[in-house]
Amino acid sequence: MRARVNPILIFFAVAAALPMFFGATGLFYDAFQSIFVFALVGLGLNIITGFTGMLNLGMAAFMAIGAYGFAILTCDIYPFQVGFWWGLLLSGAIGALAGFLLGAPTLGLSGDYLAIVTMGFGEITLDVLKNLEVITKGTQGINPLPRPTIGGWTIELQDERSWYYLLLLILAVAVLLVRRLERSRTGRAWLSIREDALASQCMGIPPKRTRMIAFATGSAVAAIGGALFAALLSSTGEPNSYDFQVSILALCIIIVGGMGSIAGTLVGAVVMVGMNAIVLVKLADWFGSREQSSSSNVLASPNNWKYLIFGLALILVVRLKPEGLLPPRLEGGTPALPPDASKPKSGVSIGGGGA
Amino acid sequence: MELEFFLQQLITGLSNGMIIALIAIGYTMVYGIIELINFAHGDLFMLGSFLALTILGALGMDAWAGGGTWGGVLLLLLSCAVFCAGLNWTIERVAYRPLRASGKLSLLVSAIGASFILVNLGLFWGGLPMDVFAGGVAAAAPKDFPPLVPNTNLLGADSLVQLTPKDLLVVGVTLPLMLALTWIVTRTRLGKAMRATAQNPIAARLMGIDTDRVIGATFLIGGALGGFASVIYALYNNTISFQMGYRAGMDAFTAAVLGGIGSMPGAVAGAIVIGLVRAMSDGYLETRWTNTIVFGILVLILIFRPSGLLGSRAKEKV
Repeated sequence: MRARVNPILIFFAVAAALPMFFGATGLFYDAFQSIFVFALVGLGLNIITGFTGMLNLGMAAFMAIGAYGFAILTCDIYPFQVGFWWGLLLSGAIGALAGFLLGAPTLGLSGDYLAIVTMGFGEITLDVLKNLEVITKGTQGINPLPRPTIGGWTIELQDERSWYYLLLLILAVAVLLVRRLERSRTGRAWLSIREDALASQCMGIPPKRTRMIAFATGSAVAAIGGALFAALLSSTGEPNSYDFQVSILALCIIIVGGMGSIAGTLVGAVVMVGMNAIVLVKLADWFGSREQSSSSNVLASPNNWKYLIFGLALILVVRLKPEGLLPPRLEGGTPALPPDASKPKSGVSIGGGGA
Repeated sequence: MELEFFLQQLITGLSNGMIIALIAIGYTMVYGIIELINFAHGDLFMLGSFLALTILGALGMDAWAGGGTWGGVLLLLLSCAVFCAGLNWTIERVAYRPLRASGKLSLLVSAIGASFILVNLGLFWGGLPMDVFAGGVAAAAPKDFPPLVPNTNLLGADSLVQLTPKDLLVVGVTLPLMLALTWIVTRTRLGKAMRATAQNPIAARLMGIDTDRVIGATFLIGGALGGFASVIYALYNNTISFQMGYRAGMDAFTAAVLGGIGSMPGAVAGAIVIGLVRAMSDGYLETRWTNTIVFGILVLILIFRPSGLLGSRAKEKV
């Protein structure tokens, strides 16, 4: 038997070594800080959609809840000012609470309806953020936010290398925890609910409670991602930073990477966010140097191709490599099937795709 | 004054509701037959209105003055219906049909992908160097749609309630379409085949129904309705944008769910309710909270009555 090196370890080893080779450039740090934040959000979504099979189209809302929760708890215009680390932990707790409150009445719904409820929740959250200006400061965003301190040493905003390693460390802790969870009794219950809710109920696994734990846990992880997203900017940014496109980005990450696979989520984040933050930016530079007025031509601005790239990525991956780039490997060596594919319900698959 | 204001919101709500209904039928038909939330449908509708504006621009505005107006509206309606029907059919062929065996989630993801591609095409389309697109300089900006249909008040210039030819246009287009659709679904062979496929695709195949063709026809019809809707929406609201498909699609989908997804009368009823709720919320509450109210209703309905107002409660088969 060939010894397999764990792809998660490779990811962290490469990520830890990268700054020594690329070093210094702001673009590199911007891209990778973003990748780590979205890897966290993807990790949360992977628990909900990948492990437990509940399609969530409102992940951006939980990011936003984390970001605004963190901001309100730490910013000096509010009375709390609990500091960076407590803010980070509490924003996770707020995310879990929000997930619980949304999940409690809705997790009994069937797949599509749940997807729509989460999408609606995303829209409502966005509207509330925009409209409750008294609290959220509207498009200004809440700022400034505190910087993290470790034993008297403060990581300044400009210190990109320290931020890089801080985020990498937090991501590593999150990956470790999620991996432990996946293999725990709870995690195995998630997978079994995904594969067959009825059968696992017969085996004594309460479907609703199991789904609820997954939903709250995933929301908490995404909320911490959101809090870090805000901390990096030292501002929550405008509410539109948490729109539907962000939810779709999170979905793209786990689908491209491989549904239900932690290593896949990390790779998916590198591919999708990297495309966004490196390829598009490089293209913009390239176009900018060739053409002075790139704003007059809609095709010349790479940012305008984003939807097309996301859309094609989704369609092509689902069509050509439905299990993603790094599909999960279950114990015993059988690859996990994507949710739903394993149970041919009547009325879902029609005739196996043509004569 | 109070009454007049109420009547005005009622008229606006009904007109918008009927436009939403045309889009909602496209969602509900597709969901009824392959259990897919066709995410791309709203953006298809958006592209239809872009085509309408392009045709207007290409033919020049002079051709539309006076008696030519209604002929022009008819031309727009037909060409956009054909365009959207063809596009919807193509999307089904390329993005959905190959995935039908691989589960609902894959289909839905593919539909989201198709939706994003259409949005991007709309963005590029807005950059066309034509006068109607303001020379294509600000591609992402909303576009003005010329007021082809006059905005004169049919109830007299000094009436406080406005009933315009636009409102009549909406009713005049949507009602015959809905009647025609009802006729197709309940009285024709194709309609029977559609109902059979929706009820049980495998049994329908065994009975000799070419389900692939029936599904294709469903997408054609749904797309055509979206095309009609795109033209009357543009004529009614006089502004279009590449992002409007998302909003319109959410309204229409909410309507379809509200009425009980899969049910066509339900979709129409749901759409009228959504149109009225929007208009009343705009009129009596604050416009900025309207979306929250619509989505709030959607979430509440899904929680308390997932089968919708007119839908039947289906027990999950085991």
